Amino acid sequence: MNLEIKKLSKSFGKLKVLNEIDLSIRQAGTYAVLGPNGSGKTTLMKSILGMVLPEFGSIAINGQSIKGAHAYRDKIDYLPQIARFPENLKVNELFTLIKELRTGETRDEALIKRFEIEPFLDKKLGNLSGGTRQKVNLIQAFMFDNPLVVLDEPTTGLDPLSLVKLKELIREEQAKDKTIIITSHIMDFVEEMADQIIFLMEGKIYFNGSLHELNDKFKTSKLEQTIAKILKEQKEQGRQDGDEAYLTPLKELSHV
Amino acid sequence: MFKILKYSFADLSRSRWTYVYTGFYALLTMSLFLLSSDLSKVIISLMNVVLVLVPLIAVIFGVMYYYNSREFTELLLAQPIKRTDIFLGQFLGVAGSLAGSLLIGVGVPFLFYGILGSAEIGNYLILLLTGVCLSIIFSGLAFFIALKNENRIKGFGLAILLWLGFAVIYDGLLLLLLAVFSDYPLEKVALGASLLNPIDLSRILILLKLDISALMGFTGAVFEKFLGSNLGMVLAILSLMVWVGIPVLGIKFTSQRKDF
Repeated sequence: MNLEIKKLSKSFGKLKVLNEIDLSIRQAGTYAVLGPNGSGKTTLMKSILGMVLPEFGSIAINGQSIKGAHAYRDKIDYLPQIARFPENLKVNELFTLIKELRTGETRDEALIKRFEIEPFLDKKLGNLSGGTRQKVNLIQAFMFDNPLVVLDEPTTGLDPLSLVKLKELIREEQAKDKTIIITSHIMDFVEEMADQIIFLMEGKIYFNGSLHELNDKFKTSKLEQTIAKILKEQKEQGRQDGDEAYLTPLKELSHV
Repeated sequence: MFKILKYSFADLSRSRWTYVYTGFYALLTMSLFLLSSDLSKVIISLMNVVLVLVPLIAVIFGVMYYYNSREFTELLLAQPIKRTDIFLGQFLGVAGSLAGSLLIGVGVPFLFYGILGSAEIGNYLILLLTGVCLSIIFSGLAFFIALKNENRIKGFGLAILLWLGFAVIYDGLLLLLLAVFSDYPLEKVALGASLLNPIDLSRILILLKLDISALMGFTGAVFEKFLGSNLGMVLAILSLMVWVGIPVLGIKFTSQRKDF
């Protein structure tokens, strides 16, 4: 799996959400895309999936530009942030639909057992609880064994047992040398699962490197403290130098 | 596209609102039969309801379905299928379920009252055809409006305004036009105006088939005078077909350029 993003820019109205992002992911691993609210995390993920169309710049997967293409998505597993499905469809009908739209081997039965969804298969999606819907969401995302996995807030609404199961599942995927891209607000989860951090702020990449490097730079032991420190420093810098400085990336940190 | 259509149709056909809508038509048709056993009178009464209610329900269902399935649409957009197939599939699912409700609710009671052996069968089929066309056109326009507007309230407002324009304001404007410019020959203007309104086209089509000049109004009379019943009907049907194509093109064009 090889993902190349070059000078990717996107604005919504006057708001510049992504500002000339350069990112290349060549090695398998788990990459966490982090950043404060509105920093462009979801827009970046959606751009990779072709939901958001870039203004400038290009995205290529395995050397092929994704512009105007749709077949490449067959090799990407995607977990959307909000698990809402057609209310009157049954759980197994949703799985059948996803299977009809994609190609390749499925492993839905094993996942249904794993997340204990059997009793709900004949229930309407509109009658499920939030947590159960998220489990259904996870099953549809992991149903195909694809080399690129994009997970947008995978822990939402999960009980502790399911969370453990999810972590196990992600570890198994990591062992298969997959490229996994995650966004999450739960720093403990990120710390446990991710080995690379891509930190976005104001539409730019502020840091791209391993978790250890990031913690070492800021002399902290926990990711949560590091992130809090970055945000605090940026805020203070912004107050001192005016808004412009606030927008300048931490050059010494980004070795992209 | 057909896979998406199949699933949105399956989803909607189990919706409680679809049952209420179908039940309303069935109840209305049967009550009209209780009041009169004259098939042609029942068709005219139904025509008046269908011309107003079908577009209204279609725009409401169309925008509601689009906004309610936004999150699921995002999941579909991440699948290896074309964007236009997703939206055309969803739109045809909504249009199909609305048309199905009409065909069952209005169509079935007529079968029990012996429409098949009667001379009114042509009128009955035209009534159903226009109902189906209006369901497709207005749910398509609603989908187009919803695609163009992220803001639900604005989308809903515009959709209702669209219905109000075609169903109510159009008649008023036309009447005003005819009154103000009564010294000029306005036949061609009226003919052109009716082509721009699918509801008026449907009304003219039904009345030309029923051959009731008293109910035709100015635009209907112009149609009959200039084109005769048969040519007028052909033109009305063709124009309705063009109207079906307009939202389809709009949905195709907008969905290809939109960010989700």
